[in-house]
Amino acid sequence: MSQTQSAAQRATQSTDVTIENLSLSFGTTEVLKGIDLTIGRGEFFTFLGPSGSGKSTLLRAIAGFGPRPSGRILIGGEEVTRLPPWKRNLGMVFQSYALWPHMTVRRNVAFGLEERKLPREEIRRRVEAALELVGLLDLAERRPSQLSGGQQQRVALARTIVVEPRVLLLDEPLSNLDANLRVQMRREILDLQRKLSLTTIFVTHDQEEANTTSDRIAVLNDGVLQQVGSPVELYDRPANLFVAGFLGTANVLEGRVEAQAGRPLFRTADGIEVPLIEGPDGPCSIVFRPQNLVIVAEGGEPAGGAGAVKLSGVVRHREFLGSIIRYAVEVAGNVILVDDSHQRGQVTLDAGEPADLFFNPDEVVALAG
Amino acid sequence: MTSFSRRQWAPGAVGLLLAAFLVVFLVVPVVKVIFVAFQDPNTGAVTLINFVDFFNTSLFRDSFVNSLYVAGTSVIVASVIALPLAYFTTRFNFGGAVLIQTLGIIPLIMPPFVGAVAMQLLLGPNGSVNLLLDEWFGINIPFMEGLNGVVLVESVHYFPFILINLSAALNNIDQAMEESAQNLGSSGLRLFRRIVFPLAMPGYVAGASLVFLKVFDDLGTPLLLNINTMLAPQAYLRISSIGISDPMGYVISVILVAFSLFSLWVSLLTLRGKDYATVQKGGGGLRKRDLRPWEKAGCYAVVVLILLLVLSPHIGLMLLSFGTVWSYSVLPDAYTVDHYLRVFGTASQYITNTLLYAGLAGLADVILGTAIAYIVWRTGLAGRKWLDYVGMGAVAIPGVVLGIGYLRTFYDFQVPVIDKPLASWWVIIVVALAVRRLPYALRACVAALQQVSEMLEEAAENLGATKARTVWRITVPLMSGGILAGFVTSFATASVELSATIMLVSAESDAPLAYGIYEFMQSASGRGPGAALGIIAVVIVGIGTYVSHRVIERGRRERAPDVALAAGV
Ligand SMILES: Nc1ncnc2c1ncn2[C@@H]1O[C@H](COP(=O)(O)OP(=O)(O)O)[C@@H](O)[C@H]1O
Ligand SMILES: [Mg+2]
Repeated sequence: MSQTQSAAQRATQSTDVTIENLSLSFGTTEVLKGIDLTIGRGEFFTFLGPSGSGKSTLLRAIAGFGPRPSGRILIGGEEVTRLPPWKRNLGMVFQSYALWPHMTVRRNVAFGLEERKLPREEIRRRVEAALELVGLLDLAERRPSQLSGGQQQRVALARTIVVEPRVLLLDEPLSNLDANLRVQMRREILDLQRKLSLTTIFVTHDQEEANTTSDRIAVLNDGVLQQVGSPVELYDRPANLFVAGFLGTANVLEGRVEAQAGRPLFRTADGIEVPLIEGPDGPCSIVFRPQNLVIVAEGGEPAGGAGAVKLSGVVRHREFLGSIIRYAVEVAGNVILVDDSHQRGQVTLDAGEPADLFFNPDEVVALAG
Repeated sequence: MTSFSRRQWAPGAVGLLLAAFLVVFLVVPVVKVIFVAFQDPNTGAVTLINFVDFFNTSLFRDSFVNSLYVAGTSVIVASVIALPLAYFTTRFNFGGAVLIQTLGIIPLIMPPFVGAVAMQLLLGPNGSVNLLLDEWFGINIPFMEGLNGVVLVESVHYFPFILINLSAALNNIDQAMEESAQNLGSSGLRLFRRIVFPLAMPGYVAGASLVFLKVFDDLGTPLLLNINTMLAPQAYLRISSIGISDPMGYVISVILVAFSLFSLWVSLLTLRGKDYATVQKGGGGLRKRDLRPWEKAGCYAVVVLILLLVLSPHIGLMLLSFGTVWSYSVLPDAYTVDHYLRVFGTASQYITNTLLYAGLAGLADVILGTAIAYIVWRTGLAGRKWLDYVGMGAVAIPGVVLGIGYLRTFYDFQVPVIDKPLASWWVIIVVALAVRRLPYALRACVAALQQVSEMLEEAAENLGATKARTVWRITVPLMSGGILAGFVTSFATASVELSATIMLVSAESDAPLAYGIYEFMQSASGRGPGAALGIIAVVIVGIGTYVSHRVIERGRRERAPDVALAAGV
């Protein structure tokens, strides 16, 4: 009862984050370049990008760490760009937890409340509630060094949420856990976030982690924001080649689009032709996913319906991946990956065999440039 | 990475205070000494005349040559002692690490002059050893004759500097390196010459130059052995007998500083980029082999002999402190605790003064050390590195020089309220001790701070703690082991320091232990109580070191795994 109430209180505290034209440099190297973002109240939002893309730097700038950025950061409408970290009331969970080794679990969790000078009785009550929430009440008197990685992770979470931060910031919180624990912890974090409806920014380089948890994802590369959207949007409608390649496997062909008989027709230099549903004029790349192609032996039954595009090539490699078989097929000098779902006893094509590929033009994304 | 450059006024203010302290109590006195050395005593004009006078006086020329000779010879003798130990412990399976660690503490916890008189009683012309040699073989070896005595006392005392650096260097030679050399057909002497020697050389040179510096600057040992024709005693005697306006003391100071800087520079040069202490992570080192029984016996014989030599000051001091009359005999005639009673009865102010001075100096050092370390490594203040450089620079300033500088600088400064010159107020002794020992504490604090992951501090700030609160609740507690180690090193070395204090003690009632030992040792009847004071000093220092060791170990065990984790990413 009291817990639901305080969860409700937190929900009202939880707030949105706006980042306007944020740039940041370490010395002369510019690490963040003009980032614009809006993160909604209660949203589970993820910064996704390869290592070194600036995710941590951006998260730390929001928390108030690192060199001072240019641009603006607003939390719930309040500009915090010039506030020191201790005045921002944002809860950050560090990649390696940063638990204080000289304090017990209880003292670790109580720290933020003590700094807020709350009455001792309230501190005790809230610390216990937080430890209860992460299921560690019985380990309260332990030292961090006496806990497993997952337990340390929970202490770090409890220590952060106990102060009821306006936003929860998580920097690759799962990267120090082994694979099984990682899946479990990511569900726990998501549950906790939903329970508290706490605006959460989650940093990861792992697209699966991002896809399974996030309401929306911001893809970063080289300090530049590439695209913002839900996991499905990013996968199905990548805004550029980087996003297409970073989220899942993509076939990319480069060429030009010309109108032919009033319909856009994509053509590569090697003569591959793909009619498009819609597409920009001029130089263009098309992107399509391996699982959207059907592979048949040369001259086999056409697949993919009436409007399907057909490409002919030669199988170069075949990889058995369990649920699918992935073929690399060379078509006019381009290697195209095709996934064929695997059934027992299915006939497979060998390297060197000619094959026909079919796919539906509406699975193709055309990207100008 | 440092945080935002705003809100730097607090560290800025602290930084300015630290800078002011270092300037007033280190830079100004030393610069003043150098300046006076180059000043015509009558006209005040800048001149080299004082140096010309210095080298035209045969007493000073002799002192200069003697100091060089003693320092150089001590390096050689110390090397002769250190080499076999380093070799045994790094090449053979032999309880080496413990031995080196134990020996390594000795130069820190007891200055050589404390044992000097005791060594004379053991090894002097009428000492125990020579009496026995005379009786058995009819020979007499002049161990302690003139400069020999200084060389022996100093090298027995300071050889661990060479041992430690050399062992670290040898341990740092990768086994793979040795093997690859053998694989390429190099072995035996060639292996030694081509691989072992060049790799071990920097460590050796670093240790040797430290020994040179320590011996060259030492005041207490020659004074107690009554050798006055060396530079440091001459400086002391000129200032204390002729007065602080005599330029010769300043000329000598400049020479002492110049040689100190030179040896430090040599040692830094050879050690640059070779941080043995951190590179070495167990398992390294040359391949060790087990000893055959007779080899083992030989090794142990050498080691025991060296240990006896090293411990002879302590053994002698112990005998002296409990002996009634000890002259022309192998051992004291009878034993008594009278000396201790006398010390506790009439000379206990030496002990309380020492605890007070060394305690305050150690405290000041860790506060200064922590503050400097924090400012240098955690803020972006302009010029912050200079705090570190200047603080460490105290290493190059011999005690005599600092003492002379303080006398010169602070004699005219009347302390308000107590109405006394600052130079003769006991607090100046504390300041001198603090400045002299600051480098030890500073290194300990810097090392401790570097162990604290910045993320731990950021986590505190993120949870609402200001920088000051974070320092207080997170940084300092996590540094506590290192801070304590720094305190003990400062305290222990300060409680037995003589060279600066001897110049600054203005009243018997203000004097610390080391001064008391020196005073007592001046007369034959005072040797017993002097030795008792010496033993008390060793005990104080020993207890302090042991306790802190225990405390640090316990703290480390409690939290080590997690510190490593937090620092790991
Ligand atoms: N303290 C620092 N000093 C200089 N460059 C840094 C610092 N921290 C990060 N960088 C640089 O900023 C870029 C982004 O780093 P980071 O935000 O840590 O990336 P990510 O978290 O996405 O892996 C990298 O190129 C990195 O080298
Ligand atoms: Mg990162």
